[in-house]
Amino acid sequence: MNARADHDGMDPGRRAALKAAGSGLAVAFLWTAGMGPAVATMNARRQDADAAAAIADGNPPFVPNAFIRVDADGKVRLVMPTVEMGQAIYTGIAMMLAEELGVGLDQVAIEHSPPNDALYGQALLGGGQITGGSTSTRGQWQVLREAGAVAREMLVGAAAAQWHVEPATCSVARGVITHAPSGRTLGFGAVANAAGKLPQPASVTLKERKDFTLIGKPLRRVDSPDKVNGTTQFGIDAQVPGMKFAAVRTSPELAGTLGAVDEKAARALPGVIDVIKLDNAVAVVGENYWIASRGLEALDITWKPGVNANLDTQGLIDALKHSSANGNAIVGRKPKGEAPAGGKRIESEYVTPMLAHAPMEPLNATVHVTPGKCEIWTGSQVPTRVVAEAARICGIPAGAVTLHGYYLGGGFGRRLETDQAEQAVAFAKQVGYPLKVIWSREEDIRHDRVRPLYFDRISATLGDDGKPIAWHHRITSGTVLGRWLPGAMGKDGMDSDAIESAADLPYDMDNVLVEWVRHEMPPGLVVGWWRGVGPTHNLFVVESFVDELAHAAGKDPLEYRRSLMKPGSRALGVMNLAAEKIGWGGQPLPARVGRGIAVGSPFGSHVCAIVEAEVTEQGQVRLRKAVVAIDNGITINPSSVQAQMQGGLLFGLGAALYNGITLKNGAIEQSNFHDYRSLRINEVPELEVYSVESDEVPGGIGEVGTAIAAPALTNAIFAATGIRLRRLPVALAQLAASPDALKRVAAVGGEKEDVA
Amino acid sequence: MIVLRINGEDRQVDVPPEMPLLWVLRDVVGLTGTKFGCGIAQCGACTVHLDGKPVRSCQLPVAAVGGRAVTTIEGIGATAEGSKVQQAWLALDVVQCGYCQSGQIMSAAALLARTPSPSDADIDAAMSGNICRCGTYVRIREAIHQAATGTPAGLQVIVDGSAA
Repeated sequence: MNARADHDGMDPGRRAALKAAGSGLAVAFLWTAGMGPAVATMNARRQDADAAAAIADGNPPFVPNAFIRVDADGKVRLVMPTVEMGQAIYTGIAMMLAEELGVGLDQVAIEHSPPNDALYGQALLGGGQITGGSTSTRGQWQVLREAGAVAREMLVGAAAAQWHVEPATCSVARGVITHAPSGRTLGFGAVANAAGKLPQPASVTLKERKDFTLIGKPLRRVDSPDKVNGTTQFGIDAQVPGMKFAAVRTSPELAGTLGAVDEKAARALPGVIDVIKLDNAVAVVGENYWIASRGLEALDITWKPGVNANLDTQGLIDALKHSSANGNAIVGRKPKGEAPAGGKRIESEYVTPMLAHAPMEPLNATVHVTPGKCEIWTGSQVPTRVVAEAARICGIPAGAVTLHGYYLGGGFGRRLETDQAEQAVAFAKQVGYPLKVIWSREEDIRHDRVRPLYFDRISATLGDDGKPIAWHHRITSGTVLGRWLPGAMGKDGMDSDAIESAADLPYDMDNVLVEWVRHEMPPGLVVGWWRGVGPTHNLFVVESFVDELAHAAGKDPLEYRRSLMKPGSRALGVMNLAAEKIGWGGQPLPARVGRGIAVGSPFGSHVCAIVEAEVTEQGQVRLRKAVVAIDNGITINPSSVQAQMQGGLLFGLGAALYNGITLKNGAIEQSNFHDYRSLRINEVPELEVYSVESDEVPGGIGEVGTAIAAPALTNAIFAATGIRLRRLPVALAQLAASPDALKRVAAVGGEKEDVA
Repeated sequence: MIVLRINGEDRQVDVPPEMPLLWVLRDVVGLTGTKFGCGIAQCGACTVHLDGKPVRSCQLPVAAVGGRAVTTIEGIGATAEGSKVQQAWLALDVVQCGYCQSGQIMSAAALLARTPSPSDADIDAAMSGNICRCGTYVRIREAIHQAATGTPAGLQVIVDGSAA
C-alpha cells in the first residue's frame, strides 16, 4: 500500500481513490471516489443511451455496446471512447477490443465517438468523457476487453445456433467463426443480424495473457496511413459549406478588456467581411484566414488595462514565497514519528516556471449557430464540456448542440480546456454563417492556460549514515484541480495533483511531512493541465533534492537512491535497468560531461531516466545520451510505449532547457517558436528505451517520460559542472548568461558549488 | 487569375498576388494536408516543394511561385523519394499526433532527392527547420536512413497481428 495511505489525516476520498488505482499507487487523476454518488460511465454491455447513438451511426444490425458496430457486410467499426492526440490510444483501444472480438487491426474501421458522458465517461476522471491524466488505458483495460468478449460470444452464439452445435466447439479469428469438427465457417456479417437479437451474456471469460494474439505486439498505429499522406482531418481542416474565417486578438493583458476599435482600414480590405467583438477580444472575419489576419493587423485597437497591469513574473514568485511562509499549509502526508535529534540539515528552494503547451495544431473551432441550434467542428479532450459550454452561451439545451470530433494535432493538456471553443461560439453567435475561428500561434502562447508556477521549500536532516531521518516538503502553487474539477478536491482543501509524486515517494522513509499551500493566482492568469501534471513539477524538486542529499552525504547518486529504496520494488527495478544499460560508474566521462539520474512512479507506472549531458565552456548544454527504463505493467503495444517514452522525454527535456512563460505588465511575453523554443532534431540525444516485463495491470505511458525528464537533466548538469540548478529553464540566465556560472564551468574539476 | 501547377494539375485561383501559398492551398484550393503551425517559418509544418525544392509556404507569396511545379503532401507519394519516405514512415510508425508530419515528410523527401545517402549531419541540417512537439525525432532519423538504404532500422511495426 502506498505510503500516504498509511498515515492519518488523509481525506477519505483520496484514500478510496488510491484503492481504486488497483496497484496501490497514488494517482492524482483517479478521482471518482471523491465525486460522491456513482456516475454513469462506459460499460461493456448495451446501455439505454446506445440506441440513439447506434441509429445515428448508421443503425447497424449488431451493436453489442457503445464501442462495436458490425454491419451486414461484415465490416467491423470500432468507436473510440477517448480522443487521439498522438498518444496512440486509438491503436491501444482497437487492440483491446479486437483482441477479444477476434479481428485483426487491419480489418477494423475507426470512428470518433460522439460526445456522450453516459456512454464514454471515464470512471477514473469522475465520469466525464475526458482524455487526460494518462488514464485511458488504465480506465478502459477491463471494460474494452470485456466489450470485445461480449460481442464475440453473441456472434458465436448466433453461428452455433444456426449450425445446431455447442458454442464451445466454435472458434473465432480474423472476423470468421469456425466450427472445426465440421469445417464450417461464417463471417461476422452473416450472423450480425441474428447476434443482434440474442440476449447479452451476463458474464464472459477474458483471454489469459499467454493467449493474446494482438496485445503485447508492436502493431502499426491505426492512424498512421492517413497521417503520412495528408488525408487525416484535424479540427483546423474542417470544411463546411459557406464557412468564413476569423482571426482573433484577445487582450494581451490577461485581465484587460476591449476599448475602442478603429475598423476602417480593415473593412477597406477586399475579402474582409466583418469585425466582431467580445468584452475582451476582437475578431476580423474574412473569405480566408490570411485576409482575416491582415484585417486584424489593420485594426487600431485600444485595450483597457485590467487589474494585472503591474503584474510581472518576479512579483508572482514573491507572492508565492509569501504564501509559502504565511499561508495555510494542508498536510498531504504526515510523519510517522518524531525525528531523532541532531544530524545535518539541508534546505533548498526551488522555482518551477509556467509553461505553454504549444500543440502543433493551433487552437481552433468551427461553429455554426442557427436559431435554437449550434453545430461545432473541433478536436477536444473534453467534448462533452464543449457541448455544455456552447449550450450555455447560446441559451439552448445541450441536445441542440452537435459536435463533430476530429483528430487532435497535439493536446498536452491544452485541449482539456474549452476557452477557445467558448470564444468561437460567442463570436459565431453574432453571424449567421459557419465561422472557422483560428488562434494564431501568438494568440495560442499569449493566452495559454499555463502550467502553474510553483515555489517549493524542501529540507531534510541526514543521520550519521547520510540517510534522511527527516524530510519536509512544502509546495506552494495555484490549483488546477480546484477550478477544473472542484468536486475532486479533498474535504480538507487538498489538491491531490499538487502533491502527486511528492507524497508518494519511492524511498523508504518514515519521517516525511508533505504540505501544500494554495495560492490564489491573479484574475485572468488561469493555470491548466500540462503534460505530466503535478508529477512533472514534483519529480523535478524531489529528484533534484535527493541528488543534493547524495552529494551532501558524499555518496554516488545511484548508490544513495538504492540505499533508500525497498529491495524488490518496481522503482528500484527500473533504476537498476537504466543504470546497467548506460553503464553507470563504468568508463570515466570527458570534462564537463555528467550523468544525471531520476526515478519515480507517476501515473501507475515506474520510470527511471538517466541523461548524459555536456556543458560547453560557453555554458551551452548539449544532450549526449539518454536511457529510459519503464515498468508500465502489461504492455498493450510496445511500439507505442517506446514512442511515448521517446517523445515524452524529449518534450520534458525541451521544456527544461528552454521554456518558461514570463509576464510583464500582466501580459505573457513569449509569442511564437522563436522565443518559446521547441527541441529540434539536431539537439536530440542518442536515446534508448528499455521495458521491464510485467504482469501487473497497465499503467499510464503518455506522461511519464515528460515527468521524469527535467531532474535527470539538471542532475547531469550538476554532475558535469557542480552547478545545482534550482530554477528552470536551464537557459534562463543560469548558465550561458551568467558570468558567475561560466567561471565555475571553466573551473570544473574544482569544488562543486551550488547556484540557486 | 493566377495559374498554379499543383501535384501535376493546373489550378486557377483568383487571389491577391501577395497571399501566401499556404492559405491558397488550404482555404482556396482545399488541399488541407499542408499545415499552419506558426506563420513565421519557424516550424516547417507548411513545407511544400517548388520544382522539388522545399519551401515554407506560409512565407511564400503566391505570385512568386511562377511556373514552378508545386508538390504537396497529397502528391508527394507519386515521386520516388516521397514514396520511399512514406513507406519508411509506416514501417517505423513515425507519426504521433501527425500534424507536423506533412512538413517532415516533404523535407525528408527533398533531402533524399538531393542527397540519396544522407549522414546524420545531413539529416540535422535538412530537418532542423521542422518542429515536432510530440518528439518523433528519433524515428524520423531512423526512417530517413531506412528510406535511403532500404535496410530496416529501429523497431519495425507489424501491420495487423495475424502473422504474429
